[in-house]
Amino acid sequence: MHALANPARFLSFARPLTPWLGWGGAALLGASLFGGLFLSPRDYLQGETVRIMYVHVPTAWLGMGGWAALAAASASHLVWRHTLAGIAARAIAVPGAVMTALALATGAIWGRPTWGTWWEWDGRLTSMLLLFFLYCGYLALNAAERERGGEAKLSAIFGLVGAVNLPVIHFSVIWWNTLHQPPSLTTEGSAIDASIAWPLLGSTIGFTLLFAAIVLMRMRAILGQARFAARLRRAAA
Amino acid sequence: MIGALVAREVQGAFARGGALLPVLFFLLVATLFPFAVGPDRDLLAAVGGGALWTAALLAALLPVERLVEPDRASGVLDQLAARGIAEEAVALAKLLGHWLSFGPPLLLAALPAAALLKLPGATLLRLELGLLLGTPGLAALGLMTAALTAGLRGAGAVAGLLMLPLAAPLLIFGAGMLRTGQDASAPKLLAAASLALVALAPFVAGAAIRAGRT
Repeated sequence: MHALANPARFLSFARPLTPWLGWGGAALLGASLFGGLFLSPRDYLQGETVRIMYVHVPTAWLGMGGWAALAAASASHLVWRHTLAGIAARAIAVPGAVMTALALATGAIWGRPTWGTWWEWDGRLTSMLLLFFLYCGYLALNAAERERGGEAKLSAIFGLVGAVNLPVIHFSVIWWNTLHQPPSLTTEGSAIDASIAWPLLGSTIGFTLLFAAIVLMRMRAILGQARFAARLRRAAA
Repeated sequence: MIGALVAREVQGAFARGGALLPVLFFLLVATLFPFAVGPDRDLLAAVGGGALWTAALLAALLPVERLVEPDRASGVLDQLAARGIAEEAVALAKLLGHWLSFGPPLLLAALPAAALLKLPGATLLRLELGLLLGTPGLAALGLMTAALTAGLRGAGAVAGLLMLPLAAPLLIFGAGMLRTGQDASAPKLLAAASLALVALAPFVAGAAIRAGRT
């Protein structure tokens, strides 16, 4: 991991990797969504609405996984002072916030026909909403910090503090078992039939690859901006 | 040394009138709330406790701007660091001083506020107990937010966005304590959340003060 802290070395593998992740993710996502929307059977109870799951589960996983990655990047930014890790955390924040918002929106759309409500003050729903606000807070703090200049260490500290919400989200369905179902896919096996689980797995991996491609593109854009600013400064001097 | 720093914090808070501001704000919300929902006794008794908890949360946001930033801007934090005092120790002193100037006045202000909202005696008792358990956590969150936003532009707006989501557990368990027939877990969870925030605050605020020097 430390070898990647060098921006030039990072770019040398990030540049060729981006299209593979992006197009590979898009193809896998397309195939899985086709499988999920047209080939997989309808749920005996929920009918066609169960197909929202193929978007809802991956986006929710990426919303949470995004903050976990952001916290890991923040930690390595603080501990080893890798500037690139700070850039990675910043690059993750916007797509992570979008994924969390998508998970909340698809959850509401799914909840209306199945639970009979757009929103309920359930533990899982509430903690996901808080996660969205934490992303917004991170982005605001990061923007203010960049305006001042220097490394984005304050945002990194907040990224670590905000990670306390992740276990709360994960265990919320067990601690307060009110409306949202407990996990169906665990290490002990799956409560989902294979005909539905395969497209779900495919779309989750597809979304994740796309997410990674977007993060790499954003990191390259941020590095490019920094390089451009440095060149302007040199030209002015 | 810590004692002197704590005394300095408390004196500063009361001398500049900064300690009074959250209390006045808290009472003002208690005054405005009946205008908004109507002065019906039953309705106020049912929702008044929760409204006071929300007011306490927002009141905790007010002193954030004067907690760390003046000392950072005037160089006091650098002076303390030059004397070899760890940032974490300074943060701990600030936490103690902040709670002393924020918690007890708020507990006192809850009495007239409860009268304004016509809260029953039992609810008032649970509210006071909850605030006693919860205000250290609120003070800790305020200090962390203050250290994270010190010296940034638009610090006040960012502070609200950082602090309020993390304050949600205190609000949930604090308001959960108010309801009768609730199981005994709410006070324990409130105390646990508050304790965790207090334990975290010196380290987070200390690291943020150090990171803010760049």
